[in-house]
Amino acid sequence: MLLDKFKEMAAFQSELRDRKLKAFGAVTDEILSATEGVVEGRRVILAGTNNYLGLSADPRCIEAAREAASRWGTGTTGSRLANGSFAEHQALEAELAAFYGVGHAICFSTGYSATMGTCATLAGPGDVILLDADSHSSIYSGVKLSGAEVIRYRHSDTGDLAKRLRRLGDRAANTLIVAEGIYSMLGDVAPLAEIADIKREYGAMLLVDEAHSLGVLGERGRGAAEAAGVEDAVDFTVGTFSKSLGGIGGFCVSPHAELEDVRYCIRAYIFTASSTPSVVASTRRALQILRDEPQLRERLWDNARRLYSGLKALGLAVGPTPSPVVAVEFADREAAMAAWQQLFDNGVYVNLVVPPASPSTNYLLRNSMSAAHSSEQVDRIIDAYRGLIDAGLVTPDAA
Amino acid sequence: MADYQSCLAFLCELLQKYNRKRVMINENTGLVADLGLSSLEVMEVIEQIEDHYDISIPLNILPDVNTVADLAQKIRDLNP
Repeated sequence: MLLDKFKEMAAFQSELRDRKLKAFGAVTDEILSATEGVVEGRRVILAGTNNYLGLSADPRCIEAAREAASRWGTGTTGSRLANGSFAEHQALEAELAAFYGVGHAICFSTGYSATMGTCATLAGPGDVILLDADSHSSIYSGVKLSGAEVIRYRHSDTGDLAKRLRRLGDRAANTLIVAEGIYSMLGDVAPLAEIADIKREYGAMLLVDEAHSLGVLGERGRGAAEAAGVEDAVDFTVGTFSKSLGGIGGFCVSPHAELEDVRYCIRAYIFTASSTPSVVASTRRALQILRDEPQLRERLWDNARRLYSGLKALGLAVGPTPSPVVAVEFADREAAMAAWQQLFDNGVYVNLVVPPASPSTNYLLRNSMSAAHSSEQVDRIIDAYRGLIDAGLVTPDAA
Repeated sequence: MADYQSCLAFLCELLQKYNRKRVMINENTGLVADLGLSSLEVMEVIEQIEDHYDISIPLNILPDVNTVADLAQKIRDLNP
């Protein structure tokens, strides 16, 4: 039967209902600030939102959105190729291109469509896409649509990447390498300096998804490629407005003039309504703030280091280096679910990640920090994790 | 060039460590249907095959691979 394949998911959803576990699709009743809200009737610290700079609640962005809605209306009611290209969209594209110091930019209605649409279009039949094994779902969806030959390389393993390019021989010149700046689940940073060297050696092209690194890494906040000093090796940068910029939408920027032609071939751009002007306006304002206020980035990293060192000191299984995404790994499913519930009951909302969304068979409690978190809030999050140890839900690493 | 039979022998040996259900592994064995491999395990198996034969196996072929025989045939086709 057509719908039989959903039985496993139905059983899982039923289990969640029986356990009254609201980890997936929890309803936010009220937003009190960038870092506090009422979720499922409980006041919580928001520590699983990707709101890295806290700009979703910035009064300047809210006012920009309000003004744009008054001026342009609530929606564009059409695609960019039809009636949906407003001056706001063009201005945002120009500002993004200038921010990245490249000539060309395209805006999309969501980050997912930016990444999926770009990956689906840049490479086609006869080409090859080499993607990191831990790539985001939007990348996997895009490469599947592309018609290109799709090959995975082991996560951030540059030796494996080079080996696979060697195997391709002359076809390496028709290859698009795909990496992310910061990987969303564990918060680790791609080895972009080495990837850039390999890309140059084999004459391939490189696309970097800076969804979680825009506004987070680099002297000017441009992302992991800027931090690694290899922006000149990146052919296409994609990203999202829904994290550090606090809105929704996505983009692709490139130094290649051909991007202006690629624009008219991306189905996820052509056949969908363009972003509402209010969202574009708030994104433009947020981009200005990101550019002009590097202290937000410093505050974010202060909080990230505070949380990371606090959880590490408790002996919890966190990643190798501090990052605004701090994930605590659990091998045991029951413990992970109970731990999420206890954190929530104690006023801390984080993300519960289950396989296959996690990069291994482990379960994750994924925390994302914000510049808007106070030190006191970060300490309360750490205290809540200490409570998991006291409750026997996680055993500290003896090391 | 690896012939089909040697690919098959290699696969049957490699898959033993994933043989939780202790089924008889032969060319008709289903990777998911009989061995119950998870998507993560399928990718682990693929990586080990790639290392052994020094080949890259495109993800595009995986929808056509159900049995050990299907996989052995694909390896043979990819191995120059």
